Amino acid sequence: MLKDITLGQFFPGNSLLHKTDARFKILILLALIIGIIAADSSFSFLLMGVVTVTLVLVSKIPIKIILKNLRMLLFIFIFTAVLNVFFYEGETLLWHRSFIEIYKEGLIYALFMILRLACLVCSSFVVLTYTTSPLDMTDAIERLLSPLKKIKVPVHEFAMMMTIALRFIPTLIEETDKIMSAQKARGADMESGGLIKRAKALIPILIPLFVSSFRRADELAEAMECRCYRGGEGRTKMKQIKSCFRDYAFLTVTVGICVAVFFINRYGVRV
Amino acid sequence: MSGIEVKNISVVYGEGTPFEKKALDNVNINFGSDRVVGIIGHTGSGKSTLAMLLNGLNKPTEGQIFLDGADIWEKPKEINKVRFRVGLVFQYPEYQLFEDTVYKDIAFGPKNMGMEGEELDRAVRQAARFCGIEDEQLKKSPFELSGGQRRRVAIAGVAAMTPEVLVLDEPAAGLDPAGREEIIGGLLELRKSQKSTMIIISHSMEDIAKYSDYIVVLDKGRVHMQGTPAEIFRDAEKLFEASLDLPQVTKLFVELTKRSLAENTEVYTVEAGVKRITELLKNKTDSGDTDA
Repeated sequence: MLKDITLGQFFPGNSLLHKTDARFKILILLALIIGIIAADSSFSFLLMGVVTVTLVLVSKIPIKIILKNLRMLLFIFIFTAVLNVFFYEGETLLWHRSFIEIYKEGLIYALFMILRLACLVCSSFVVLTYTTSPLDMTDAIERLLSPLKKIKVPVHEFAMMMTIALRFIPTLIEETDKIMSAQKARGADMESGGLIKRAKALIPILIPLFVSSFRRADELAEAMECRCYRGGEGRTKMKQIKSCFRDYAFLTVTVGICVAVFFINRYGVRV
Repeated sequence: MSGIEVKNISVVYGEGTPFEKKALDNVNINFGSDRVVGIIGHTGSGKSTLAMLLNGLNKPTEGQIFLDGADIWEKPKEINKVRFRVGLVFQYPEYQLFEDTVYKDIAFGPKNMGMEGEELDRAVRQAARFCGIEDEQLKKSPFELSGGQRRRVAIAGVAAMTPEVLVLDEPAAGLDPAGREEIIGGLLELRKSQKSTMIIISHSMEDIAKYSDYIVVLDKGRVHMQGTPAEIFRDAEKLFEASLDLPQVTKLFVELTKRSLAENTEVYTVEAGVKRITELLKNKTDSGDTDA
């Protein structure tokens, strides 16, 4: 049951997107997000759509998995669409009954919003979450934020905390699964009853989970101290992230597309 | 027909992802009833997966599991009833304790079954006794106990449900030899008194050889061999194929037989080995006497 959570899970592979430097991918994603949000003519939007589809194809992530995750966000899509259909006031009235009015522009705008959301979600999936291992990601964030060290922000410590948290998510899921199975084997009923009964049924899972989390944290802290960990000061990396020409080229192209979107918005043909 | 049986079982994890893995592949085992079955196999051979199938925690991708001749998944809504009849003790069960006293923790399972009052009290105390938990420990918090004692409490928690089939996944892992002996010994006595079936999963050939009436060897998700201990250990070559080994005492007798110091190799437990060697030594001194 818990194994089905794949939202934002790293998917190992060897595509161009997997090989790109994680720092650049964060910047590329920023540019893409700006581009997608800024695109408000059909032509510029089409451009961003094509870019997103290309990225999905380049990442070699099975379409089935992306669609599965989009389905999880279906509620948000529908919610946005409904809001836009009913509350957008345009010129061509299509249908109305008492205070409900539906305009042609509203329908078009709702479609736009859905596509925009889908593009945003897809591109962040394939550029970052699916193609970057969590460790690379925190490493990249640490490096990108390192200028903040100058004003005494403990960037390294935050990155380390994030790495540990990410590292232990699968472990905790596995542990939860195990404890749930063990309690189910003892006849614990978690799937029926009212709210209070269900909340009570969580106790046999949460207590062992907390106990083992504290034990794990203790052990980890001890193990880190044994290996002389004492924070970020003067610490070197085993895996140095290196950027190559390709990364710069990739970033330049994306920023170029983003600029183009603004340009088309301004001077392009409006529909 | 009584007892538990699996037919044409296959289990595939993560179907359709790059992590797809076949954990069990067309497995057929009749565990029978009123006996001790040992399941042995290398890491990743599918032992634990099989354990989770037996009480309906996992559903097989293909195949059926029969308990007293009835398919356990016939009525998925009543799977809890199967879980009361087939008890499963997980690996390292000491981490599943949660109540504030040992007594309450052991009573969790039986209470879920609907036991009450006298019956509940009797079941808890009986299970505790067989698992070697003293009366004054029942009032303590499980978190005050040592790891080995906590394991006993966890095992007692399942044993108190008086299941017809008790499945133990590596019950002795990480325990000292005396603790092993005590836990498994107590459970075997409990089994005898209840005439239930016990399935022990282990990768220690010594443990399996010592306690089992019937042995199943798993390798890469398939049944590699199954039979009585004599049948299994006769074919040492085939055991080696599954990267397993004979019990050490059997190996000793294989070597002794090679050197014509003993006549057969059918010795699987240390006790039997000691007895055989004493006999051999006695015969030798006897024949030595006649020579002189």
